[in-house]
Amino acid sequence: MSDIAERVKKIVVEHLGVEPEKVTENASFIDDLGADSLDTVELVMAFEEEFGVEIPDDAAETILTVGDAVRFLEKNTE
Amino acid sequence: MGLVTPLGCGVEATWRNLLDGKNGARKIEDFDVSDIPCKIAARVPRGDGSDGTYNPDQWMEPKEQRKVDEFIVYAMAAAEQALDDADWHPTSYEDQAASGVLVGSGIGGLYGIEQAAIILKEKGARRVSPFFIPGRLINLASGYISIRHGLKGPNHAVVTACSTGAHAIGDASRLIALGDADVMVAGGAEASVCRIAMAGFSACRALSTGFNDEPERASRPYDRDRDGFVMGEGAGIVVLEEYEHAKARGAKIYAEIIGYGLSGDAYHITAPSEDGDGAYRCMKAAMTRAGIDPSDIDYVNAHGTSTPLGDEIELGALTRLFGNAVGKLSMSSTKSAIGHLLGAAGAVEAVFCALAIRDNVAPPTLNLDNPSVTTEIDLVPHKAREREINVALSNSFGFGGTNASLVMRRVD
Repeated sequence: MSDIAERVKKIVVEHLGVEPEKVTENASFIDDLGADSLDTVELVMAFEEEFGVEIPDDAAETILTVGDAVRFLEKNTE
Repeated sequence: MGLVTPLGCGVEATWRNLLDGKNGARKIEDFDVSDIPCKIAARVPRGDGSDGTYNPDQWMEPKEQRKVDEFIVYAMAAAEQALDDADWHPTSYEDQAASGVLVGSGIGGLYGIEQAAIILKEKGARRVSPFFIPGRLINLASGYISIRHGLKGPNHAVVTACSTGAHAIGDASRLIALGDADVMVAGGAEASVCRIAMAGFSACRALSTGFNDEPERASRPYDRDRDGFVMGEGAGIVVLEEYEHAKARGAKIYAEIIGYGLSGDAYHITAPSEDGDGAYRCMKAAMTRAGIDPSDIDYVNAHGTSTPLGDEIELGALTRLFGNAVGKLSMSSTKSAIGHLLGAAGAVEAVFCALAIRDNVAPPTLNLDNPSVTTEIDLVPHKAREREINVALSNSFGFGGTNASLVMRRVD
């Protein structure tokens, strides 16, 4: 697992209070990890903070799974 | 009934400590008070949950706690205790729809507002959490409680400063009397011991400043050396139930709410009216509603915050209203032990009244070494007093000139 994936996983575990083993690449924040719409907004903010990037609202709407987040951040961070 | 107070988490833990003359006031050590004149507060004792300590993880999942201010966690703790005590866990659609929540707070999520304001200034609007608003709103205590326990009846909240808890219980009892609900979870919660609140209340000249080195001596209602209140925190929540509904299911009944009175001072934003007219009319309205005379009342839990003005005004109003009946009366201010819980105070004190009736004992007024006035009323100095208590009255008066009195009696 990449460094980015590890950091994403840590944030997800922390914010959603889920078991680390549930945070797989294909896990959907809402369907699999019990997040609601407000949780996903906060998750995106936490990613922005951790990785020092800005995630515009239209991009945030496409981040539905752990893998989506990792791929977006791999593409948009140095 | 459920309690989270500076004397413990749980009704019996708090009550035992209160009757033993324990005092919850401490020096503030977890945030900077170097530039604030009052450096003390009565804090909820945290721990692993044993021995009457408060462990938030017992009452709300850590990931939920992160989203809300502490007043909501206190409310969740007191509500769960109260519902367990009442053994009311509605599962049918009808029972859920007949069960409501009316829990208020005087100030709500002030700490979270303070913290979000700092984030807004330092990091900008994009870093303000989506949970900032729902975690600070006062009625979210009622909201969270209803979601946790499936209570689908009236969902309401009172915000009347230091009268909140009493108004919540009074209004909830009216909702039951009017048929809007059979059961109401009612009370108040407060957790505003933080820099911005201490600064604000200090600026109002409301807090004690002369006992920073001896916190346990600071809250001293009716004493000549009193110089302001000690901020407390916590929650008090009761389960109110329509009388026949409670009888029919064999519920535990501590007491019956028989009177509720409300009034406004129409005088000043922070000071009570000097003639005590608001307090007088409020108590009188509650007694009229209860259909009793002052001589029927055995115990009064006073508002008695330990401010120079307020204590004597309340005492004066009560003396005028009770006339010759003051001689048999015991009246104490439990704020001497737990501080002033603001929006939770009236609810916590209503619980104390119910326990005073249950155990026939008046909790003490601590630190009453030299009363500033002479009165025939037994102010229960220093030590709890065992005596017959069948009817009790609880007073709450708040900023804005908002007053509430509750009368309750023993149920045979």
